[in-house]
Amino acid sequence: MARTDFGPPDYRQMIPPVIARNYGKWKYHTIPQPGVLKHVSESGEVLYSVRIASARLVSTDFIQEICDIADKYCDGYLRFTTRHNVEFLVSDETKLQPLLDELKSRNFLVGGTGNAISNVVHTQGWVHCHTPATDASGIVKSMMDELHGYFTTMKLPARLRLAVACCVNMCGACHCSDIAIVGIHRAVPRINHEGVAKACEIPSVIAACPTGAIRPNPKLKSVEVIKEKCMYCGNCYTMCPSMEIQDAENDGISIWVGGKVSNARTAPKFSRLAIPYLPNNPPRWPEVTDAVKHLVEVWAAHAKPGERMGEWIDRIGWERFFKLTGLPFTDKHIDDFNFAPTTFRSTTQFRF
Amino acid sequence: MAESKTPLLDELEKGAWPSFVTEMKKAAAKKENAKDLMQQLEKSYKDKIGYWKHGGIVGVKGYGGGVIGRYSARPDEFPNVAEFHTLRVNQVPGFFYTTKALRDLCETWDKYGSGLTNFHGSTGDIILLGTNTQNLQPCFDELSEKGWDLGGSGGGLRTPSGCVGMARCEFACIDSMDFVLEVTRHFQDALHRPAWPYKFKIKCSACPNDCAAATARSDLAIIGTWRDTLKIDQEAVREYVNNGFNIYGLVIGKCPTKALDWDAEKKELKFCAEDCVRCMNCINMMPKAISIGSERGATVLIGGKAPVVKSAFIGWVIVPFIKCEAPYTELFDLITKITEYFDEHAKPRERIGELIYRVGMGNFLRAIGLPPVPQMVSAPRANPYIFWQDEEVVNRG
Repeated sequence: MARTDFGPPDYRQMIPPVIARNYGKWKYHTIPQPGVLKHVSESGEVLYSVRIASARLVSTDFIQEICDIADKYCDGYLRFTTRHNVEFLVSDETKLQPLLDELKSRNFLVGGTGNAISNVVHTQGWVHCHTPATDASGIVKSMMDELHGYFTTMKLPARLRLAVACCVNMCGACHCSDIAIVGIHRAVPRINHEGVAKACEIPSVIAACPTGAIRPNPKLKSVEVIKEKCMYCGNCYTMCPSMEIQDAENDGISIWVGGKVSNARTAPKFSRLAIPYLPNNPPRWPEVTDAVKHLVEVWAAHAKPGERMGEWIDRIGWERFFKLTGLPFTDKHIDDFNFAPTTFRSTTQFRF
Repeated sequence: MAESKTPLLDELEKGAWPSFVTEMKKAAAKKENAKDLMQQLEKSYKDKIGYWKHGGIVGVKGYGGGVIGRYSARPDEFPNVAEFHTLRVNQVPGFFYTTKALRDLCETWDKYGSGLTNFHGSTGDIILLGTNTQNLQPCFDELSEKGWDLGGSGGGLRTPSGCVGMARCEFACIDSMDFVLEVTRHFQDALHRPAWPYKFKIKCSACPNDCAAATARSDLAIIGTWRDTLKIDQEAVREYVNNGFNIYGLVIGKCPTKALDWDAEKKELKFCAEDCVRCMNCINMMPKAISIGSERGATVLIGGKAPVVKSAFIGWVIVPFIKCEAPYTELFDLITKITEYFDEHAKPRERIGELIYRVGMGNFLRAIGLPPVPQMVSAPRANPYIFWQDEEVVNRG
């Protein structure tokens, strides 16, 4: 039997010597050019990190390729970032430019540092998830084909974090991203009564519903859904595959803005609804990519230096956000779920 | 046999951003299951719907988690992905790798799986995407032989993860990579044999910038901070200002508590330490001149999660400051108390944030023995509906 319960590999065996020597002793860093970080240690030693975009869904060929590069320029060390970028760790400054040249010749995109759009945190979508309302990789690819100029430069007012989730489970911090793209269902689950009776634990299905929209149907040994109470979260479907929630006609995309996780300047914030619904239009999702590009451009044009999307909106107010972006404000933007009153305005301070 | 053309996916090979379709094609050139995966995905693109069934119970000997069962809803059309399970492999803390370690992993995955991966999944694991039931055990055996363990899945501890921390960041107040390694080692059983009502995630960021998104993405967030005062190198500040740095616009005006001011006469940055809330902005903007304090530790926040089902939450402070140094005894004791409470009191599929919302923060804090402190709230309650404890009132029978 295989060895078990030994945990992850020890990071001490995976870090380059320059990091081992200067662990906990870094003094400051600069960004000499987009995608290149220069860390300087108290000892005077210097480490360059060169960041490239990755598709996140990658083949072993890709891993071998970046390993070849790391062997050539980085003594066999590399890392990934929390946002799926790859970082080449260069301790020999003379290898920096040759590495950048080689990355360019291989068409890798170097960037994602400072006031830029970094790589997109996203979910599996149609590639490998069982509850998706859309694909994730395809939206990311389509969107970043449009926006990669903001990855390879640092010309935005502040950093901008994008996330894509293929359903409202929002695996991946969508609820705290500057712009989040979230797949949504819009119709009540379709019940296969025979399937529910045969394969589902009915009390768990009922308990799974956050709005109490599911009640028993003893006659059919199944359940029924009170349409008015259902907000299509799909939690029942996760419990019971006979509550089919995927719907090619009705599923689509919603867009959320202004979230962040950093405590810098302002507290972490939730992303808020900007666009309740856009059609699911593979393979290129033009409505979604246009909307995201538009949001980025309006923010970039109006935000002050250092102001993230949510901080910009805090300053100008939501009323001006909708005006400047030209997005319609609808009944969908007014919360009617838990904690809704915390979002209602209780002051006469607002703008016309 | 399905038609082998993928016109819709081919569209996603155009453009500058790295293409996952190109990656799938590389794998499909070698593997029948990767080929069928592309065909099934093409069908999804055509029909605008997913074709994966619910997971079944699959796994490897000795473990209750780490493998996600996945079955095609159209095994007749795509027989090579009839079973297409995921192995979650525990990543190296900080996501550092030697090329040898990665090549080792690739070799095994080429042998037993689709050759497709996620570096990394949202929780932090290395995702080995797609193999059949039969290959799971030999694949794991070989991975284990090479020093790779599985990550978490199901109702239990999920693979802890964190930021780069002291390995390459001057803002690191705590050793996030070491904490992640040790917390994962310490709670191996909870990770590999999920026995809790629902998932429980732990993430660690070494400073309040929270690059690991711990407060948003984990049930228990450990965020590095300091308790004394930040340090200012006035000479370096002057250098920034002399080089044209906009100290008013980017630093003084952005300070959330107006703790900073510029003394134009002395050419000095004035700082009111009592007003500082350690937001990191001035340090982020002037890393050569301003740095973190000396008395370092962690703030612990609980309850962060995405929306399903009651609401999304951003973690709530339950311990403003705790030492976070090996062997982490105090922190591990706290985590044990919290997860035991979670195990005992949560309903199935209820995250700890929702449990606390249901039973009340007061009851939760009493149960795990944490004293109430003002750092826990943005403001005290505004309603009079206070729950008094038995010992606080006279028993009138």
